[in-house]
Amino acid sequence: MIRSINTSLVTAQIKKMCMEANYYLSEDMNFAFKWAAEQEQSKLGKRILGQLNENLKIADKEQIPICQDTGMAVIFMEIGQDVHFEGQNLEDAINEGVRQGYTEGYLRKSIVGDPILRENTKDNTPAVIHYSVVAGDQVKITVAPKGFGSENMSRIFMLKPADGIEGVKNAVITAVSDAGPNACPPMVVGVGIGGDFEKAAILAKKALTRAANERSPIPYVRELEQELLERINLLGIGPGGLGGTVTALSVNINTYATHIAGLPVAVNICCHVNRHIECIL
Amino acid sequence: MDQYINTPITEEVTARLKSGDYVFITGTVYVARDAAHKRMAEALNRNEELPIAVKDATIYYMGPSPAREGRPIGSAGPTTSGRMDKYTPALLDLGLKAMIGKGRRSKEVIDAIVRNKAVYFAAVGGAGALLSKCIVKSELVCYEDLGAEAILKTEVKNFPAIVVIDRDGNSLYDKAADNYRLPSLIHP
Repeated sequence: MIRSINTSLVTAQIKKMCMEANYYLSEDMNFAFKWAAEQEQSKLGKRILGQLNENLKIADKEQIPICQDTGMAVIFMEIGQDVHFEGQNLEDAINEGVRQGYTEGYLRKSIVGDPILRENTKDNTPAVIHYSVVAGDQVKITVAPKGFGSENMSRIFMLKPADGIEGVKNAVITAVSDAGPNACPPMVVGVGIGGDFEKAAILAKKALTRAANERSPIPYVRELEQELLERINLLGIGPGGLGGTVTALSVNINTYATHIAGLPVAVNICCHVNRHIECIL
Repeated sequence: MDQYINTPITEEVTARLKSGDYVFITGTVYVARDAAHKRMAEALNRNEELPIAVKDATIYYMGPSPAREGRPIGSAGPTTSGRMDKYTPALLDLGLKAMIGKGRRSKEVIDAIVRNKAVYFAAVGGAGALLSKCIVKSELVCYEDLGAEAILKTEVKNFPAIVVIDRDGNSLYDKAADNYRLPSLIHP
């Protein structure tokens, strides 16, 4: 059975999700913040975390964006293969939702239409959209507005198979260490291992949308996530980069098959807000 | 130590600020980020006057979200300062005394801070809603076409920041992490 979904529903949902992701901290990140407050040893670090908690309360109460960088809208569309869209062109409908959300929601318009000519599009479009086709007759939409303070500190490493898991660990530690205070720590670290050049980056981005308190189902990956989180938190960068024991809130790793000659590792760094919200149509 | 300071931040003020101090800033602060800095640099190259009085001025690297009705400004946290490094030494040599942002600065900027007895503060990245409450007034100065990147003149009250680089060139980012770091983990 083919199920029809009108694209106006997609527009309305994306508008709402752009706004909510920017005002309200998600449940999993709230949990991560509480963990951070318990873990932090530095006095200044505790003070910074206190400011961030206060910030979240003000944003939630007054619908002021948590951060002024309300991001580039990154959208994952997981579309059931038994779905038929009627109405507008789907991509236009998605961008219309972003346009309405950012305009009506008092969110910052941070997108330039061309990377060299750099003229602001004034409505935060276009979004970065990742489509995938899955089984079923539902559509899962994930909206993850991405700030560029942390995006700019993200890295891709094309390792050799001989570098192995130690090479992966070194790559992640290097990226986080280089990011330091620039990426608004405490960070969430999304890691993509495997695939090819672009697949690794998309895996890392997608990893950021996983709940911060949910670990990988693969045993060795789960151990790697835990080990890297512990090692990152021994770097001393701390909240705001001003020294402390909480530099990262979570390390989320996704893996995929790769080529016999390669070991791509992408490290997508996100700030402590790590905005992500999803809905199912 | 906590200090309450007023703008203009002069040499007398920077003399008592040490890397690691927590400050609350009150007074006039200009807001400018990437595109505005590029335009100011272009103006200097053409021997034109800058749109702001840079002597003893404070610049906040920030691009706010739009203000809701009745508010002077929207979310207003710091952006990454390093992107302004290319343009900063020239402004410091013209008298700029204080910058508020987040993240590391280049050696050229640190040298210019020391040469001009200036100071670099960090505000807390990602605390835009909280920091917006410390901005009591905001008006457009120029470059309106840049949208969120236009130059603003703001009045701030008890705006919280941390002295990261003081006028002797000491950087809190370099030292603070050492107390909590396992040395073997630095750049494996």
